[in-house]
Amino acid sequence: MIRLVDVHKRFGENVVLDGVDFDVQRGETVSLLGPSGVGKSVLLKHINGLIHPDWGEVFVDGQQVPLLPRKELQQLRTKIGYVFQFGALFDSMSVFDNIKLGITDPECAGDDHYCRMRVQECIDLVNLSPMTAGKYPADLSGGMKKRVGIARAIAGKPTYLLYDEPTSGLDPVNADIIDALIQKLQGELGVTSVVVSHDVRGSFRVGNRIALLTDGKIRKVGTADELRDSEDQAVRQFLERDFGSAVVG
Amino acid sequence: MTEERWRLSQAYRIPLEGVEKLDLRRYAGRMFLLGATHVGRIAYMVFEIFRGLGEWRIWLPRTWEQAYQVGVGSLFIVFLTAGFAGGVTSLQAGYQFTGTIPVYFAAGVITQSLILELGPVLTGLILAGRVGARYAAELGTMRVTEQIDALESLGRSTVSHLIIPRVLAGTLMLPVLVIFADAIGILSGWMAARHTLDISNYDFVYGARYFFRPYDLWYSMVKALFFGVAVTLVPCYMGMNTGKGAEGVGKATTAAVVSSSVLILAIDAILSELLL
Ligand SMILES: Nc1ncnc2c1ncn2[C@@H]1O[C@H](COP(=O)(O)OP(=O)(O)OP(=O)(O)O)[C@@H](O)[C@H]1O
Ligand SMILES: [Mg+2]
Repeated sequence: MIRLVDVHKRFGENVVLDGVDFDVQRGETVSLLGPSGVGKSVLLKHINGLIHPDWGEVFVDGQQVPLLPRKELQQLRTKIGYVFQFGALFDSMSVFDNIKLGITDPECAGDDHYCRMRVQECIDLVNLSPMTAGKYPADLSGGMKKRVGIARAIAGKPTYLLYDEPTSGLDPVNADIIDALIQKLQGELGVTSVVVSHDVRGSFRVGNRIALLTDGKIRKVGTADELRDSEDQAVRQFLERDFGSAVVG
Repeated sequence: MTEERWRLSQAYRIPLEGVEKLDLRRYAGRMFLLGATHVGRIAYMVFEIFRGLGEWRIWLPRTWEQAYQVGVGSLFIVFLTAGFAGGVTSLQAGYQFTGTIPVYFAAGVITQSLILELGPVLTGLILAGRVGARYAAELGTMRVTEQIDALESLGRSTVSHLIIPRVLAGTLMLPVLVIFADAIGILSGWMAARHTLDISNYDFVYGARYFFRPYDLWYSMVKALFFGVAVTLVPCYMGMNTGKGAEGVGKATTAAVVSSSVLILAIDAILSELLL
């Protein structure tokens, strides 16, 4: 379970999060929508402690993330897969080694046979060709990097997955494959996920609930239907712009 | 959020903006605080390094890779520098040692200045440029492309993956390189001295041995060890704390080379005072 309570964050004068309350139940997938630059990535980084809140509380598994000592935080992070918006692949390592580093359990990581199988499996899951394993991040396209990033995040079989725009920059076919993967991980392994996206259509498909972040606050949380029926002007505006009147109207 | 909470949350920051007019006392105060912050944070990094030493399974193989790059990679430039340093010292000794001073004194001057000063300091400065710049740029790029965040997000320790191998590799390899530098420097000094001073091999060896104390070699190694820490620790710190974008990496790299070079000279002065 993930829970943010009254989280505030600002960088200098720039107030990014201004009292965010947000929660994700066990086994649930919540899509996080919001305009560019509103602080979606910043919110996501609070969950695995890459960014500390100025004020407020962040709980994962009932533990206060910003207050965790180093070892406990590392332990918790091995259970939280994070897909970075721009891949953040280790560019001095091959794709194979990148994904292998995602295998966080020390025993599994020490077992070469297991690692090879698991890396291959993850490469298949994100629909990359097996040849990719030997390449370096600099030789990959943007969409391929993104998928390697996803493979690295899932390699350690985490119980939480935080996706920062997993499908942006992907063609429709691969975007669908990633959406299906997110649903599959949730369905088969009971992974709890947060999916940040601009893509309203995709978010409605993968999310059990959808949250809209505007002006540093969660403006609205609800199921797809609840959001569609919302009278809130900001919500309607956001959906209409991205979704077209066909669904909203 | 109330102003009170906001002030609390920001209390640890040191305000650098908002200087309306140049007030030397305020400026000096700020600089002192900034310097103290850096020193404090580097000290904390050292503490983290010692704490991370337990994870030897992670840092040991990476240390080998780095040590190879630092050691073998720097051999040529270190040979070149030490060769020139030895030769030039010899030429200048030849210029000064005229008249009544016994010629074997020159051999002592040449070997001693190489072992005590030129070998370690020149090698240190070369490595500040070669290794320090590289480490700051590498880690800085990893910082701005979120690779360091990615490593942390996998529950890995950045200290044992990135910092310990680099600091250890530099610290171990610098004394080795200094041994080579001392040897090459003395050899080229010897060769040059035979021409400029007309010194016989016997006199050179006699002079070198007459002034030599084994303690000098130890001193050279201790210096090298300290310089090794300076040219790796400071750049690693700068790289890890890089600002935004390409400009941030550039600034971190410059700062790393400048501050580790200055640090080498400062350590040099302090150790000369303490150990000689
Ligand atoms: N490390 C940082 N230092 C200073 N400001 C930051 C930092 N990280 C983010 N910001 C600021 O926080 C705001 C929100 O950034 P964030 O990356 O979370 O946006 P986003 O919602 O993810 O946008 P996008 O959809 O374009 O990725 C931006 O105004 C950004 O400038
Ligand atoms: Mg973002």
